[in-house]
Amino acid sequence: MRADLRQEDGWQRLHPLSPLARVGRLVPIVVLSVVLTLGRSGSDRGQEYYLAVLAAATVIFGLVNWLVTRWKIEGDTLRIESGLIRRDSKRLPLARIQAVDVVRPLLARILGVSELRIRLAGSSSSDGRLAYLAEATALELRLLLLQGPGKPQRPAEGGSSAPPGAAVPATPEHVMAAVATGRLLGSVLLSGITVVLFALALALVVLAVFSPRTAAAAVGFLAIYIFTLFSTLWRQLSNQFHFEAVEAPEGVRVRRGLLQSVSETIPYGRIQAVRRIEPVLWRPLGWCRLEVDIAGGRKGKRGEGSAVARKALLPVGNHQDAWHLVDRLIGGTMPALTPPPHRARWKAPLSYHFLAAGYDDTHVVCVTGRLRKVTTWVPLEKAQSIRRVQGPVQRRLELATVHVDAAGKDIRGELRDRPVQEADRLVEELSNLSRAARKHRTKPPIERSPDLGAAVPSGWYPDPSGRYAERYWRDGSWTEHVSRDGISSVDPPEGASD
Amino acid sequence: MRRAQLGAVSGLAALAAGLIFAAALGALACVISVLVVLIAGGLSSWFVRRRYRAWRYQERHEDLIVGRGVMVRRLSVVPYGRMQFVEVTAGPIERLFNLSTVKLHTAAAASDARIPGLESSESARLRDRLTQLGESQAAGM
Repeated sequence: MRADLRQEDGWQRLHPLSPLARVGRLVPIVVLSVVLTLGRSGSDRGQEYYLAVLAAATVIFGLVNWLVTRWKIEGDTLRIESGLIRRDSKRLPLARIQAVDVVRPLLARILGVSELRIRLAGSSSSDGRLAYLAEATALELRLLLLQGPGKPQRPAEGGSSAPPGAAVPATPEHVMAAVATGRLLGSVLLSGITVVLFALALALVVLAVFSPRTAAAAVGFLAIYIFTLFSTLWRQLSNQFHFEAVEAPEGVRVRRGLLQSVSETIPYGRIQAVRRIEPVLWRPLGWCRLEVDIAGGRKGKRGEGSAVARKALLPVGNHQDAWHLVDRLIGGTMPALTPPPHRARWKAPLSYHFLAAGYDDTHVVCVTGRLRKVTTWVPLEKAQSIRRVQGPVQRRLELATVHVDAAGKDIRGELRDRPVQEADRLVEELSNLSRAARKHRTKPPIERSPDLGAAVPSGWYPDPSGRYAERYWRDGSWTEHVSRDGISSVDPPEGASD
Repeated sequence: MRRAQLGAVSGLAALAAGLIFAAALGALACVISVLVVLIAGGLSSWFVRRRYRAWRYQERHEDLIVGRGVMVRRLSVVPYGRMQFVEVTAGPIERLFNLSTVKLHTAAAASDARIPGLESSESARLRDRLTQLGESQAAGM
């Protein structure tokens, strides 16, 4: 049944158990309706029939879906065809993949299958989903997708009779950060939602003391909100449970989840910005959260995983962990941060407190926010454009804000309220620096660790011989493909023996 | 050019308002309304002229600079290599004056470099030059 994933003419089907695994998506609805019926006193049998019909419909729908969905890898694209009435044929170029997630809901975990979500740079509608694949296939496909194009076809002599199990090479991994359950619990409890819940409870108690009848009415009225708040807390807890950030050759991998386990992989070159967030409640404990931005659709209707372009890299951790991660990912150097001049206080009386910004020749770092202190790192090689914006108030105070935009919506670093002369200088200097950074791309941080260096993903990196700007790296060695000023040519690498 | 548009529009509006008021309320109302509309037209033409003067762009060796705005002043630097596509649009009024707008799109949603009110020949030249430069310096994401 196993076939070579790269073969030319092999359309592959999803796992035969996927219709069954799809039923798992119904579980929240079932639980919700049961809870709602429990609330009601009168028992009506219709409810159960209704649920049974729903489950049957899902299974039939899933079966049809399974029958019409197929996928294959064709050269450097992944093709997915699906849909019975509206045929949908997707081609996902491997070079454009921004991130690959392996999602396993509870039922899928029991059945031993997983869903593969492939994120591209466009809107979330251009994402590819394969639900569900056998676990081994999913992992193998993920590796293949993340290695990118340019990988030669598998040797033909092996053919499709390759021994099963040999196909998945064990990739060396290295845990960068993990979150203990206790700390996660603490972080969830110290969030804004808890404060709201606490305030609500307090208000209700006060109300109950003065007029119990109003309080009872208020409880009935607020029950649904309180339920929602609690479920949000629960979701945060279960989504981030057993959180682990792992360094793999293909990219940084995040594994998390209590019931539904999610494993997201972001190739190193795809990180557009890194953000460290310190909410006011966490500050006394010295905790912070780390997020990375990748290009892609903004938060879609599914809160967990599918279309979120902003990914948590560390849901909660101390500064040391966060700093270690930043350093590993983008080779974070901390340039000297300078605050804006005192007159900026008139324009930003609240956020002035933390406001600061700085840059070196690889990154722009800026700090904003009052209640949530946010530190953003934007690699200069990712800068899409640099803008200087000056509002009327800023003009009077002789200040200006410089934006460094990265690919995606609202992914940018803001160097706020700098003096005008400095802002002009910044625009000039940052555009020069980003130009230089684009030409001499920073080496992927992974190359610094020798045990993983052999498995650096294929791609354009600075030419080691120095004769050209970039050289193509493939399968652990340099190729003869080089480029300078965007014009590619052929030049044999130094010391090429074969 | 924008000024010419606006002048024509406000002149027409004054005429129309004058006619309506004259028919409805008599001569005095007609004069007042014509004056009001003309003053409004003059004021907005002044604003438009200021805005028009604030628009500027410069093609440099490896990036394009676009500046605009009077109240909120913006200056964007877009490297040619980051350009995803170039868009040339011309609305009906723009077409009347043989003008068009060139817009640069990058992968970042925030960086909008728009150059409005270019002569059609100039916008075609700019478009061709930008695409050519973008191709030779392409850096993708």
